[in-house]
Amino acid sequence: MSVIAPKFKLSEFIKSLLDNIFWIMLIVVLVGLPAIMMILFVIEMPVIDGELLTPFLAFTWMADPTRILPVVHAFMATDIFKVIAFPGFGFAALLAAGTIFVERKMLAKLQLRVGPFYCGKFEGILQLMGDGLKLISKEIIIPAKADKPIFWAAPVLFVAAAASFVAFIPVAPGWVVADVELGLLGVFAVIGFFPIITILSAWSANSKFPFIGGIRALFQMVSFEIPLILSLLGVVMLTGSLNLSEIAASQSVFPWIVFLPVGAIVFFITMLAELERIPFDLPEAESEIVAGWLTELSGMMYGLVQLGTYLKLYAFAGLFVVLFLGGWNGPMVVPPFPAELLTGVEMGPVTIGPFPGLPLFDQAMLNGTFWFVLKTAGVIFFILLPRGVFPRIRVDMLLNLGWSKLIGLAFVNIFIALGLLYAGVLGPGGLQ
Amino acid sequence: MTFNLPSGLALQKVDERIMTLNVGPQHPGSGHMRIIVQIDGDYIVACDPDPGYVHRGEEKMAEYRNYITNIPHLERPVIHDSCNVLYPYVLGAEELLGIEVPERAKYVRVIASELNRCIYIMYWLAIYGIFLGHSTMFMWPAGDRELLIDLMEKMTGARVTHAHFVPGGVRNDLPPNFEDVCLRQVNYFEKRIKEYAAIFYDNPILIARTRDTGVLSRQDAIRYGTTGSVLRASGVDYDLRVKEPYDVYDELDVHTNVMKEGDSYARSKIPWLDMLESCNIIRQALQKMPKSGSVRVKLKPNPKTKGLESVYKRVESGRGSLGCYIVSDGKVEPYRVKLSVPSFRNLIALPNLLKGEKLGNMPSVYWSLNYWPVEADR
Repeated sequence: MSVIAPKFKLSEFIKSLLDNIFWIMLIVVLVGLPAIMMILFVIEMPVIDGELLTPFLAFTWMADPTRILPVVHAFMATDIFKVIAFPGFGFAALLAAGTIFVERKMLAKLQLRVGPFYCGKFEGILQLMGDGLKLISKEIIIPAKADKPIFWAAPVLFVAAAASFVAFIPVAPGWVVADVELGLLGVFAVIGFFPIITILSAWSANSKFPFIGGIRALFQMVSFEIPLILSLLGVVMLTGSLNLSEIAASQSVFPWIVFLPVGAIVFFITMLAELERIPFDLPEAESEIVAGWLTELSGMMYGLVQLGTYLKLYAFAGLFVVLFLGGWNGPMVVPPFPAELLTGVEMGPVTIGPFPGLPLFDQAMLNGTFWFVLKTAGVIFFILLPRGVFPRIRVDMLLNLGWSKLIGLAFVNIFIALGLLYAGVLGPGGLQ
Repeated sequence: MTFNLPSGLALQKVDERIMTLNVGPQHPGSGHMRIIVQIDGDYIVACDPDPGYVHRGEEKMAEYRNYITNIPHLERPVIHDSCNVLYPYVLGAEELLGIEVPERAKYVRVIASELNRCIYIMYWLAIYGIFLGHSTMFMWPAGDRELLIDLMEKMTGARVTHAHFVPGGVRNDLPPNFEDVCLRQVNYFEKRIKEYAAIFYDNPILIARTRDTGVLSRQDAIRYGTTGSVLRASGVDYDLRVKEPYDVYDELDVHTNVMKEGDSYARSKIPWLDMLESCNIIRQALQKMPKSGSVRVKLKPNPKTKGLESVYKRVESGRGSLGCYIVSDGKVEPYRVKLSVPSFRNLIALPNLLKGEKLGNMPSVYWSLNYWPVEADR
């Protein structure tokens, strides 16, 4: 029995839900629908397909799939859908939430404990929702001597930067928010914003621990951006393009990790450092500097930074998949769309369909999304795993690793790529 | 409104480059104390430990209670090591009251004390792990500690604060079948802690982080008066269980673990080796213990000592040599009880070890000193 709500009963909870639904339906039917009808009677209605659009007809269309499906299809082709829902923010936030849940349960299994357990009937699956509600309901405390506008803006900017990073990641053929020619350069530009936002937030808090944490984050991110960029040059040389969709498409036969394993390893390590994951979580080292640059953030400001961090984690994992693991490419596992639904199904005397606007998602897109999500989940798993195994490293060790070892390895990777290119084994577009 | 702080606490501005950090008392990396560190960039230029936030007057309280009722509160300074904290007091009280302890009780005490040492070191190790950002090393010792806590619960009836040792023996005899259960749990425990080497002590990042940090030389370790694992990590072969055996330690084969490096890594590894040694001692004691017999000498209510006399006894606790000085004036209560605690002695080395270190080394050096803030304040 849960300790937090000892008098909680599922039957009463469901009863209260049904109560609420009943009252909402009653009010909608008695007040809402007549109000809409009245408004529709007053305004002048257009003539569509030779018949006058009456309020009754308008409501009927909403339940008619042959009418509503083309509208949905058209909406899904718009940019706003891409930004909000599928390859953009909503999809990334969903994966980020899944990441947090998996991280908690996986680490718990690794560490002889159960992890989230009570919130939600199955294995604490609603814990994240509870945490989010807690963060939203908490008071936001601003330090008295903080530079308030910048301090307020920093978490929002952090999420914005992370979301714009997500926008570059192609999930399936043609499904990317920003399909720009210089996509990889755009990614580097967005990554370059994170240290600025971090140091702004840390400095504007006007507190010692955030300041030290911010300086550490600056060191870490700036010194690891160079091996990050260098490690991707090999892929760019072999592909001959900076467009992320083209890079993913060029790996239809084999992923680049087969030929550039050194670059993949360097990129993975720099990715851990850019994400401030253990063993590179010095900017948030709690035993040294409390919570680092997050110390003074409270309530939903902290929640926004966490959301941004996990969006960034998804985006980096997606970038790794696109650059080294072949992106959406994979064997076709999704069955084709049933053709009868396109022509119409005869069920006895009634013929259902045909439905214009179907299929909403084509087969290649569903298959691409499946493989992309599978690979991304695998990469995220390997990003989470070091947290259970390694302790935190020190600043001098970090800088030594970044400036001497990783940059050297990144150059080795470039030479490998050049060798493959000049030997004629590989060239722009794949195997020669 | 201005406050005139004592000179040690005043936070004076020395230089524009130097920043004063108050680590604690409300800081995840300090425990119940404050460390005032002055840093120049990433380097610590000065460090001033400031204990005293959990002073509870245990020694003064001991002057108002008789020799028996002193027991539950004198174990409070280190509840995770409660048997070892009580041990010198009980030994001293026995000498003052002129009690001869039964043979079986001595073995039970050794077993309880070694189990408690492991419980304490596991707790210490858990915090050392989380100070280094190793969350698995926080959870594993905290979970495996339960094995021994269950044993202690079977033995004494309480999970943490046992109040098991009394002048004249131990409070209760062992439960039936305890020897078998104890042997099984201890064997499993030993197998578990050997696995820690793979994830923690042989971890390349841990070795790179703690090797050659906070090096305490052999001369300095002796000069500062450090004891226990800190002293042994600096190459001094000093263990009271061997050098001044009390109870039945002279009949057991106790091996002292010594490392020469004197750095944080050695200081963190010695307690782990001590746990393995404790498992050996428990197995020996279980074998040699008389299978039956009394475990306690009956005392009169309110026992009195003979007259004005004093006694000093010390034992090897989880942190080092822990002494207890009792002065009696022939009354029911002791005239003075003074605990000479290892934590405070080890803390003395901290400012010298941290000077010139990097800020990232502060938690590992600080906690590797095997310091328990509540015991230092008592």
